[in-house]
Amino acid sequence: MNNELFEKNVVLLAIAILVTVSIGGLVQLVPLYTMEQTIEKVDGIRPYTPLEQAGRNIYVREGCYLCHSQMIRPFRDEVERYGHYSLAAESMYDHPFQWGSKRTGPDLARVGGKYSSDWHVAHMIDPRSVVPESIMPGYPFLAEKDLDFSDVALHLDALRTVGVPYTDEQIQKSTADLKKQQSTNDPDEAEGLLKRYPKAVIGNFDGNPERLTEMDALVAYLQMLGTLVDFSKVNLETMER
Amino acid sequence: MAEVKKDALTGIETTGHEWDGIEELRTPIPRWWMLTLWVTVIWAIGYWIVYPAWPSLSNYTKGVIGYSSRAELKKEMARVEESRAGWKAKFQAASVGDIAKDSDLLNYAMAGGRVIFADNCAPCHAAGGAGTKGYPTLVDDDWLWGGTLEAIEKTIRFGIRGAHEDTRESQMPNFLEDETLTKEQVSTVADYVLALGGSGSASAAGKALFEENCTACHGEDGKGNKELGAPNLIDAIWLFGEGKDRVAAQVAKPKHGVMPAWQGRLNGVSIKQVSVYVHSLGGGK
Amino acid sequence: MSETATAPGGGQAAVEYIDDVVKKFTIATTFWGVVGFLVGVVIALQLAFPVLNLDLEWTTFGRLRPVHTSAVIFAFGGNILFATSYYIVQRTCRAPLFGGAGLANFTFWGYQLFIVLAASGYVLGISQGKEYAEPEWYVDIWLTIVWVAYLVVFAGTLLKRKEPHIYVANWFFLAFILTVAMLHIVNALAVPVSFTGAKSYIVWAGVQDALTQWWYGHNAVGFFLTAGFLGMMYYLIPKQAERPVYSYRLSVVHFWTLVFLYVWAGPHHLHYTALPDWAQTLGMTFSVILWMPSWGGMINGIMTLSGAWHKLRTDPVLRFMVTSVAFYGMSTFEGPAMSIKAVNSLSHYTDWTIGHVHSGALGWVAFVSFGALYFLVPKLWNRERLYSLRMVTHHFWIATLGIVLYITSMWISGIMQGLMWRAYDSLGFLQYSFIETVEAMHPYYVIRALGGVLFLLGSFIMVYNLWMTAKGHLKDEDVFEEAPHAAAAGA
Repeated sequence: MNNELFEKNVVLLAIAILVTVSIGGLVQLVPLYTMEQTIEKVDGIRPYTPLEQAGRNIYVREGCYLCHSQMIRPFRDEVERYGHYSLAAESMYDHPFQWGSKRTGPDLARVGGKYSSDWHVAHMIDPRSVVPESIMPGYPFLAEKDLDFSDVALHLDALRTVGVPYTDEQIQKSTADLKKQQSTNDPDEAEGLLKRYPKAVIGNFDGNPERLTEMDALVAYLQMLGTLVDFSKVNLETMER
Repeated sequence: MAEVKKDALTGIETTGHEWDGIEELRTPIPRWWMLTLWVTVIWAIGYWIVYPAWPSLSNYTKGVIGYSSRAELKKEMARVEESRAGWKAKFQAASVGDIAKDSDLLNYAMAGGRVIFADNCAPCHAAGGAGTKGYPTLVDDDWLWGGTLEAIEKTIRFGIRGAHEDTRESQMPNFLEDETLTKEQVSTVADYVLALGGSGSASAAGKALFEENCTACHGEDGKGNKELGAPNLIDAIWLFGEGKDRVAAQVAKPKHGVMPAWQGRLNGVSIKQVSVYVHSLGGGK
Repeated sequence: MSETATAPGGGQAAVEYIDDVVKKFTIATTFWGVVGFLVGVVIALQLAFPVLNLDLEWTTFGRLRPVHTSAVIFAFGGNILFATSYYIVQRTCRAPLFGGAGLANFTFWGYQLFIVLAASGYVLGISQGKEYAEPEWYVDIWLTIVWVAYLVVFAGTLLKRKEPHIYVANWFFLAFILTVAMLHIVNALAVPVSFTGAKSYIVWAGVQDALTQWWYGHNAVGFFLTAGFLGMMYYLIPKQAERPVYSYRLSVVHFWTLVFLYVWAGPHHLHYTALPDWAQTLGMTFSVILWMPSWGGMINGIMTLSGAWHKLRTDPVLRFMVTSVAFYGMSTFEGPAMSIKAVNSLSHYTDWTIGHVHSGALGWVAFVSFGALYFLVPKLWNRERLYSLRMVTHHFWIATLGIVLYITSMWISGIMQGLMWRAYDSLGFLQYSFIETVEAMHPYYVIRALGGVLFLLGSFIMVYNLWMTAKGHLKDEDVFEEAPHAAAAGA
């Protein structure tokens, strides 16, 4: 082992370091893009509705991922507690991913539909009013703040640039779709929205249809988490990888 | 570099270089270090042979035992399923009523029901089913949709005002907002409702309004109707808060509780277990 | 201001070192260290007493936690890396910083601006949502510019060196600077929603983003907090102990194996997730192989004391440095152990991980940084010695006790929580609800916060000591039996 060469030549040393540190990353990352089975082929996965995406941005902004995972591991206790283990496909439109690394609070991968929206609102405003043992911060300000959605089309456009398959129609109607999702409880009225985004949960999330708050958006996001795939119709044999 | 320099203390050669007074010894690499490094490498090679490991652009080495973390879970769940098969058959055959009568089944239901309740139901209904504002207590004998085992099971299975097609559904009108009643009339009928429960005095006007607008669901005596989830108004239990203001507000623009359907999220056995558990909390009929 | 050195053999031109900027980085290190520890104590208390979140948007755990991690890793750790790398590269190359004081000062002010932009963003709700990489796109671009300037200064100085060989400390520093640049740029690639707004979307998605993130995250540990700090250690310990480096050959082998292997270990953060099994296998096996290369640094650090062990009794600064290497050894054993899938299935998502990080961050990174500060300040301010060596001892013991409380409470709470999550009763039903496991954590969260308070108190003692040293005061105190400042040559 003769290290002299590198010890006497900065450029050579730098190149040798860069080559050495590149190998591991390339071998692990590149196949994740090229290997077909990495992302399971399942029905039901769709891009987020404009309101869900706005809620997701709030989830990211508030650092929810620092205490909540969105990744159910294939263990008996986790599938019994939280539901079916998470698939890679379920986060394929997540920019960034929010799998998390810590469960100070419970996993949220399948929290959608688990509680009523009213509960989420009460819990966000004052977690200990409904769960006395909770150590979660209160987020009363979300209910007070109007959702800023002036540039929602730009958001969808940026997401399309990074690979989320939003259609022109979805981008054109993004502002209307965003408002519609929380201003009606009537599926007929939201027909277009539900066609563009199947299984979207509509309703007055924070109980006030007149005002569109950050709370509405966040609850809309939480209420869809983990609900898109119908696992009774999935062939799991093809998902081992 | 021509002459060999030695460290005076240890007698080991130095490399002959010096940086700001720092020298380096030519101490050989400790054997145990090298050995351990190679042991970990050999272990890793063995692991790569056994388990899925090296990728190409389109596939990866599967390993000789065909391991997959998802397949492992499937095997484990199959074992769990098998160990529970006897119970499962009994639970499928038995109604919740039968379960409650059979002490073995009851024990099994209570054991499973406790954590199912604590993880899934307690966030709203509070620990032990004590309830909180807007989320009914489950330990008393006041039930909106019925407190029999069967009624409880149905509520859990399909939810209330939820997304399931068999969900329990009812909607009290917005009496003020829909202009069915004026503000004064709302106040009058609220007084009458309170009087039915024994506080304050009933007015004739209130009685008339109540009979016209409320009795269809809540009954003439105000005792409610469990078929419709219409609450009993005379038991001094107020889900959304007590007092004239709260009652009037509930007439003007009522709040409605929502409970998700648990069918699909919990399996059939679990639903029966937690139904029996809830029934046992203190208020079951 | 600037220390000068003459080349061996005398007669040649003296080199004028640029040390003003090193002083600035030293002050910044001390300041951000205290800020980072303080925010850490606050968020630890929030977990024990949630009312301390105050229900305000700027003070929730979710927004303060990135302030803590960025302050301790990038502000405290980053500034001491700048300080020591600039100090060491000049002396081991016998050359002043390339680009002169101007470029070096740009890296100083540029880096402080990066920290302020990042931290203020978190508090105001501007976050990219990737752990340890929270700054948004405009901050990322600014950091890239500063980092390239750093590389120019550092590599340029190496190019101008008067020593024929590049010292081992500088291999590590160079690997740290280059690799962090690569990791940062790839992991943070994003498309802004608009160039007038803060929000952007990361180009990676889902499982690919997850692996990119932990390729970055694990190597922020591997190169920022390990390679860089090993570079520091390779200068400080031989200097302070006045002994030659134990084994040059070990340096070579453990350097190349370390930089090669570390990059593969990222997937161990994603065991049993939706990351494919093959990638998990690679992450786990390479983490285990990494054990010995990591320990190479520990052996070289500790064994450099051969023939000078007695100095540990009398030199608390050396004690900080050597203890840090011992903690490094402990964490780099615990790390591979936790990367084994069976262990990880228990430890992942729990406080065990938090404890592991802190045995490395407090025990290794912070302790060697304290050693560096105690080493640098008297030299940079041209003082005979530190104001008080007794106070260094007090700092050492208080901080050590703090670490012990921290990591033991997190071991207990982490393992307990992991076991409670998977506990089954005799009939095969889950034994605990999630919220019961949260309740069970409370006493350990209190103990952990106490450990953090002790660590913070220790840093206050250090600040006072360094301040008095810089002012030129000497405390009148009993010397140690063989106090190094009394018995100069020692040995």
